[in-house]
Formats: sequence, structure tokens, C-alpha cells
Amino acid sequence: MGAITLQKVSKSFGDVTVIPGVDLEINDGEFVVFVGPSGCGKSTLLRLIAGLEDVTSGAIRINGTDATGMPPAKRGLAMVFQSYALYPHMSVYKNIAFPLKMAGQDQAAIKQKVESAASVLNLTDYLDRRPGQLSGGQRQRVAIGRAIVREPDAFLFDEPLSNLDASLRVNMRLEISELHQSLATTMIYVTHDQVEAMTMADKIVVLRAGNIEQVGSPLELYRNPANAFVAGFIGSPKMNLIEGPEAEKQSCTTLGVRPEHIAVSTDGGAWKGVVGVAEHLGSDTFLHVRVEGVGLMTVRAEGEFDLHHGQTIFLTPVPDKIYRFDKNGNAIR
Amino acid sequence: MATMHTQNTARLMMSPAVLMLLVWMVVPLGMTLYFSFLRYNLLMPGMEHFTGFGNYEFFLSDPAFFEALANTLLLVGGVLLVTVVGGTFLAILINQPFWGQGIVRLLVIAPFFVMPTVSALVWKNMLMHPVNGLFAWIAHGFGLDPVDWLAVLPLFSITMIVAWGWLPFATLIILTALQSLDQEQQEAAEMDGAGIVSIFTYITLPHLSRALTVVVLIETIFLLSIFAEIYVTTSGGPGTASTNISFLIYAEALLKYDVGSAAAGGVVAIILANIVAIFLIRMIGKNLEA
Repeated sequence: MGAITLQKVSKSFGDVTVIPGVDLEINDGEFVVFVGPSGCGKSTLLRLIAGLEDVTSGAIRINGTDATGMPPAKRGLAMVFQSYALYPHMSVYKNIAFPLKMAGQDQAAIKQKVESAASVLNLTDYLDRRPGQLSGGQRQRVAIGRAIVREPDAFLFDEPLSNLDASLRVNMRLEISELHQSLATTMIYVTHDQVEAMTMADKIVVLRAGNIEQVGSPLELYRNPANAFVAGFIGSPKMNLIEGPEAEKQSCTTLGVRPEHIAVSTDGGAWKGVVGVAEHLGSDTFLHVRVEGVGLMTVRAEGEFDLHHGQTIFLTPVPDKIYRFDKNGNAIR
Repeated sequence: MATMHTQNTARLMMSPAVLMLLVWMVVPLGMTLYFSFLRYNLLMPGMEHFTGFGNYEFFLSDPAFFEALANTLLLVGGVLLVTVVGGTFLAILINQPFWGQGIVRLLVIAPFFVMPTVSALVWKNMLMHPVNGLFAWIAHGFGLDPVDWLAVLPLFSITMIVAWGWLPFATLIILTALQSLDQEQQEAAEMDGAGIVSIFTYITLPHLSRALTVVVLIETIFLLSIFAEIYVTTSGGPGTASTNISFLIYAEALLKYDVGSAAAGGVVAIILANIVAIFLIRMIGKNLEA
């Protein structure tokens, strides 16, 4: 069981209000990702759920019981920190065993649980090592091992992959997703990387300045962003947000077109532009096109579309994939 | 930097310092060794002659020697105990955020800057004095007989005076070590269900081990040769109740004018200090390895 409910949760540090008031429902077994730019309060929200910070007002309910004033250890949650926070003077075995030892379990049960966790995480050969002798990815796995032996109601991840290199990050992303499939436990995951959010989440919570901008599945957010901020944050490369006369033609303040929803042609189209930079990735080509009266646009073209700096091309947005936003940035449906 | 020329220059430049250190150390050591084999009393000038190990026999068979040895070890051990335990406690206390932290830290460090003779006089005359002292006044307040600290509990009193002076040193070093403790590690331990005591035992104390080792080693070096506090307060008495090895050597040389015996005592003190050092390095030296 790992259902978590936040009711009007707010947090201030002195005079600075970080989270003005958040309502959120997290169902048992869900993989929820908090995503937002740095300083949006997503880590603070996670720490409030963990109990490492006291809420200023509002209530946190875990499995239906009020956990607002509960100490962190009593909440049945396990956390993986950005720095991993391994205990440097203890072996890997002792690190993973620490929460069980604190819970007063007997040696035989601890040994059995630590060894099974280590075999799941490919750490069996490293149980005698100290954290200082491990690579970044192995440390990450030790931190996860320390969390899973507790069999918590929910896992909390605070930007766990941000200290890893790019290829390892992709691997660990898969491993965490697989772990979620096999354990079927609630996971709350904080990241500023929208790719991690899109690939891992059942439910994405987009935060800005401590407020929830939108909650939904990755594809819901991709298809129906509630406002220009979410539209710009979800999707890679970013959505083109166009203001000015072109937007007014569509009777809106901001016009949004995703790079992948633009047809490119060398013969003719709605907008005429000049290619600035062409990024050839092989599978795709991203064109940065300067369009008269519109500005700089990013366009995704086919991989083998051979275009270069200075060439003139024509762009046509796909008509039913255009997003329109009013002057407050909210979507016009 | 590796050419012959620069190496020679470096040697040339270093030589005055090396020579000076050598002379400063080797000459007194050599003279001490030389005197220790002579029968040499300042009251009988011109009568000095070689006696072999006679001075050593005399010094080591002196009943005062064993008492001084025990006193030295008790003094070092007692001060270490008070400063390490008290220093850890104080450091944890002043590491908490509170109003007036800067002033309090300054005040805590202050005793270290008071010179030993002054602090011993202050303790002797203003705190421990059986008539005028603060402790006597407090005892009177409770209707008790004041304790004549330096007469009844001389070694304990000196231990307290010295510990008061060294407590700031331990506190300061442990405080800096505490400040380098990773916040997330403590939070992780908190989430793992560790209470305050468990966090201290399993997270804080192992983190402090290196700092504590430094405190113990440095303090031991200085505490083996405590002199000023004893000289100013009890002069080693009553009897030899508060005489340590360094005070005994002083007494031999400058009260009995027996240079030979004092020199033999000095050599014994050097050997003892080395035994203590080897012992300490064996016990806690591994904490210093990275």
C-alpha cells in the first residue's frame, strides 16, 4: 500500500514562500514524476513528503492516516538522495543492512534480505567494499538497495541520476523502471529532465514556482498541455511558441507548434525561412530556421534531409496539431 | 626542478635551516646524555667524574620516580578523557544554530589563549582557595565545609586546571570536523530509522575518528611535559602527590643541584615519551590513513 494525499500543503522558509499550497493525489503503485525548472520547489515537496521538512500548513496523508507530524522513519518511505548519502565508513553490506539493523531485525534475516537485494542489483561481488571504492553507478545501486530492503510503502527519488554520465543515466533509467515493474510499489521521482519524466512516469506533475501547473500521463501532457509553460517544458526539442501577427491570425496571443508537426518543403508553404543551423542526428535532422515575421523556429525533418546553412525552405504547420494560448498563457481548446 | 643544478641550489638553500635544527637538537641531547653518565653536582663543582649507569640506578630506584610516572600517566589520561568527551559534547552543542553563536564560540575558545601560569594562578587564588575562592563560597552557601582542593586533591585539581585550558583546542578541532559532516547522510540515517543516539554512534562518531585521533596525539605530546601548572599551584606536593616526571627532573636539577641525576631523568623521560607514542600510534594511528 502506498497511497499518498497532499491537502493544501504549503511551505515557507522565513518570509520566503516556496510552496504556496499544493493538492495532489498519488495512487498506490504509481510512478509519479515531479518535474520543473530548478528552484520550482519540487525537491522541497519531496522532502515534505519524506518528513525531512515540516509543512507550514496543510496535511499529508499516507495510506489514509495523517502523517503530517510523523517523524520520517515512521512514515514507511525510503529515499534515494542525489548525493546517494552512503555511509562512507561502512561496507556495502553494512550500508544496505543499516535500516534493518535500526529496525532491530535479527542477523540471519538481515543477511538473507541484504543478499537477495544485492543479487537483484548485481552488487554481490562488492558487498565487502567501501562506497569510496565503487563507481557512480554502483553507488547509485547501493543507495537503491538500502531503500528496497526496507520494503517501504513508497520510494522517493531526489534527482538520482544527475551525477551520472549520459550513457549510464539511460541504463539506470531502465533499471529503475524495471524495478518499478517488478516491485509494483509507489515511486515518487524528482527531476528537472523532461526526458526522464516522459520515459519513466505513469503520472507527471509539472511544477512552476511551487504551484502545480498540470498533472497527467506523459502523452496527455504532450497532447493537451494546459498552458504555454507546460507546452514548452514537455517535448524535445521544445515547442515553438510564436507571438505577434501570425498568432493574431489564429485569434490567440501565443501560437504553439511542435518541431515534429511542421512539414518542410523546398518548393512552397505557409512560411518562408532561411536555415541557420542544421543538426544531423542520422535518424532526425533538427533545423533552426529564421522565418520572416515569426522569428527563430526549430523544425524536425527526416534524417536524411540534406539541408545546409543559408538555404531557403518553406514551412507548413500541420493544421490540427496547432496549440493556441490566450494572453494568460492558458490553452484555448 | 629536477636538474642537477636546481637540486644543488635547493640543498644549499636548505642547509642553514637544517644545520640550525641539528645543532639545536643534537647538542642539548648529546650534552644530556653526557651528563647522565657523570656524577655531577653543582654544590661540588670540579668534582665531576664518570659513574657509568649510577645516575640511572639512582633515579629509577627513587620511590618518587614511580609516583611521578603514575602521576604523569594519570594526568595525561585524565586531561584526555575530560577534553575528548567534553570537547565532543561542547562541539555538538555549539554546532547547533542559536542566537549569539559567534560570541559564544569566541568565549569557548578564549581559555586556550590564557597562558598556563596565569590560568593556574587564577584557579589557585580565585576559584580553589579554601578561604577566598569561589568554590569555598559556594560550599558555604550550601552550609558545607570548603574543600582545600590543592591540598586534599592535588592531582585532580591540576587535571581540572589543565583540562580547562585544553578543552577549547579539542572543541575547536571537533567542531570543524562536525561542520564537514554531510547533511544528507544524517537525513538518510534519519529516514532509515536511526534515533539521535544511533546517528551519533554510527554516523557522527566514525566521521569524527580522524579529528579525535589528532586531538589525542597532539594533546599527549604537550601533556607529557606539563610543568607550569604544577610549579605555580602545588610545587609537586604535598610530598610528591602531584609531581610528574618533568617536575621531578626540575627538582633534581634545580632544587638538589644534581645535574647528573636530572640528565638521567631526562633520558628516561625521552624513552617513556617514545613508548607512549608507539603505543598511541599502534592503537589509533590507523584512523589517520585515508
